[in-house]
Amino acid sequence: MNYQYPDERGHFGKYGGRYVAETLMPALLELEQAYMEASQDPAFQEEFKYYLKHYVGRPSPLYFAERLTKELGGAKIYLKREDLNHTGAHKVNNTVGQILLARRMGKKKVIAETGAGQHGVATATVAALFGMECEVFMGKEDIRRQSLNVFRMKLLGAKVHEVTSGTATLKDAMNDALRHWVTHVRDTFYVIGTVAGPHPYPLLVRDFQTVIGIEAKQQLQEAEGRLPDVAIACIGGGSNAMGLFYPFIEDLSVKLLGVEAAGFGVETGKHAASISAGSPGVLHGNKTYLLQDDDGQIQHAHSISAGLDYPGVGPEHAHLQDIERAEYVSITDTEALEAFQKLTHIEGIIPALESAHAIAQVMKLAPTLSSDKIILVNLSGRGDKDIHTVADALDVKL
Amino acid sequence: MSRIETTFAVLKQHRETALIPFITAGDPDLGVTAELIQTLAEAGADLIELGVPFSDPMADGPTIQFASERALAAGTTLGGILQLVTDVRKKTQIPLILMGYYNPVFCYGPERFARDAAAAGVDALLLVDLPPEEIDEISVAMRASGIDLITLLAPTTPSERMKRLAATAEGYLYYVSMTGVTGAQKISPKDIQPAVEKLKGLADVPVAVGFGITTAEDARAVGAFADGVVVGSALVKIIEENGQSEELLPKVAKFIIELKHGLTAPTS
Ligand SMILES: Cc1ncc(COP(=O)(O)O)c(C=O)c1O
Repeated sequence: MNYQYPDERGHFGKYGGRYVAETLMPALLELEQAYMEASQDPAFQEEFKYYLKHYVGRPSPLYFAERLTKELGGAKIYLKREDLNHTGAHKVNNTVGQILLARRMGKKKVIAETGAGQHGVATATVAALFGMECEVFMGKEDIRRQSLNVFRMKLLGAKVHEVTSGTATLKDAMNDALRHWVTHVRDTFYVIGTVAGPHPYPLLVRDFQTVIGIEAKQQLQEAEGRLPDVAIACIGGGSNAMGLFYPFIEDLSVKLLGVEAAGFGVETGKHAASISAGSPGVLHGNKTYLLQDDDGQIQHAHSISAGLDYPGVGPEHAHLQDIERAEYVSITDTEALEAFQKLTHIEGIIPALESAHAIAQVMKLAPTLSSDKIILVNLSGRGDKDIHTVADALDVKL
Repeated sequence: MSRIETTFAVLKQHRETALIPFITAGDPDLGVTAELIQTLAEAGADLIELGVPFSDPMADGPTIQFASERALAAGTTLGGILQLVTDVRKKTQIPLILMGYYNPVFCYGPERFARDAAAAGVDALLLVDLPPEEIDEISVAMRASGIDLITLLAPTTPSERMKRLAATAEGYLYYVSMTGVTGAQKISPKDIQPAVEKLKGLADVPVAVGFGITTAEDARAVGAFADGVVVGSALVKIIEENGQSEELLPKVAKFIIELKHGLTAPTS
């Protein structure tokens, strides 16, 4: 298999592309040009590696979850510990890359959208590091659920815009970020937080996140001398999953499994499972699977996890689904909460609710596999930010 | 000649600038939209842009966002809008341009849309988020049905690109007067004049200017050098404030007459 996506126009098969207003088109062409040059420039790559190592704390460990493996009684489970990164999630890999690109392009202001607040915090953090002005767009509903991260962003010097339009969650935050970008496109760099949006974002975010899969592949080689049988990651927009999957994409023996949020259950209609239960459409600059009605109006997503609460998915995942290179399943709020508690009890690791979706899938899958099989799972973030949500869900007053 | 070409040709003879009001179809409901189209045409509008509501109008400011929300809450669909056009075509030959975002057209099916829209009497389509880079996926179907695809140009469009896009434009060119969303700021006619004049030199089709034109004074100033002026948010605001009230149509007519007044005797 020779996997060469996206094509030069930013298409992943039928998906991806650049569906934006003319005002933004020149900025995207300029960004593409700047990124192509940066990605060929050893000095840029060195700089990126330097900050990943000394600032983010990479490589992140690959941890054999021995007790979880024993408890589940099946395949061996390895956790890629992105929760141990500076700022507590994989998001920072991408923001370091994009801020270096912004600096190279001479931009002094950055903006970002955020759902769980992890990407907002990761952007505010690197903006502080490089002395750039930072504004973050966040839905009113998410500001309520993730108040800790809102305060962190403010401490880091970012301005947080409360988004009240539409459903007041991540998709609306992205709408408002795009509206702001259209207005300030000449001096502002838009740091998109996942492998979605118009080309070249799905490409460059994937590239910045592949460090996850590259490290994990090597670490597993050292620990086990072989490839994993299954690689699992949760899917919001799909950046932690693309980062994990991409280095294995031509290793066909490795099954790639993406875990979407089933919310109250896919059959209830209250979920965020765009691939499992959506249809192709165009939103936020790219063609991909979306939750929408027959008339092409975007529907509300639902997930207990703010970072998965998005009615779309990165276009490369839509393509991987169509060519059957990856498989996508979904996990309910309840299952994710159980997994959240299980991993906390048994390994002393509090996962982000997003990552708990991936763990929940591991809990389903591992017992069905023999003990000589290996599951590699991306623990995309830590759960400190979710303590209030979990307490609420468990009816505990803090 | 298409309805759009005929309209601009007649205006040119009379040395008039086209007045192109924008309203969101289905705001407050499709019945009122039908009456509004009639009122706009009678009061002096030359072409009408009918907004197709979308749940995520990324290029619009609050005024048109809210209009979209009202239209969707009233149950407006693309199919319903095509039926509306079929109905109003029995009474008026004013050019009707559907304007909006790609997803509703994509989900309707571009081929099916092209057929149904042409049959209904739609003259052109303007999709804000379908740039030239992606337009191929619908252009064959639209051309086959005689639906013009209107091209947007912006202050950020580099001059090489402007040249290329102007050369292949259909219907009219829509010059976005500023970097921003609809209804955001006030326009500065003097600042945009050079770009519009340059565009007129490059294009075979008329050049209309939109975004930020809110008063008769703005319209007159821009109309002095543009072939058409688009007025959106200011009109949508009147619809928002008067909704289903009896005042709505007279107020809209009065505003259109004021706007058109400044465009009938260009100062240049
Ligand atoms: C810890 C964590 N994991 C996963 C996600 C989902 O994003 P993506 O699918 O792009 O990795 C988020 C988003 O906020 C997150 O914070």
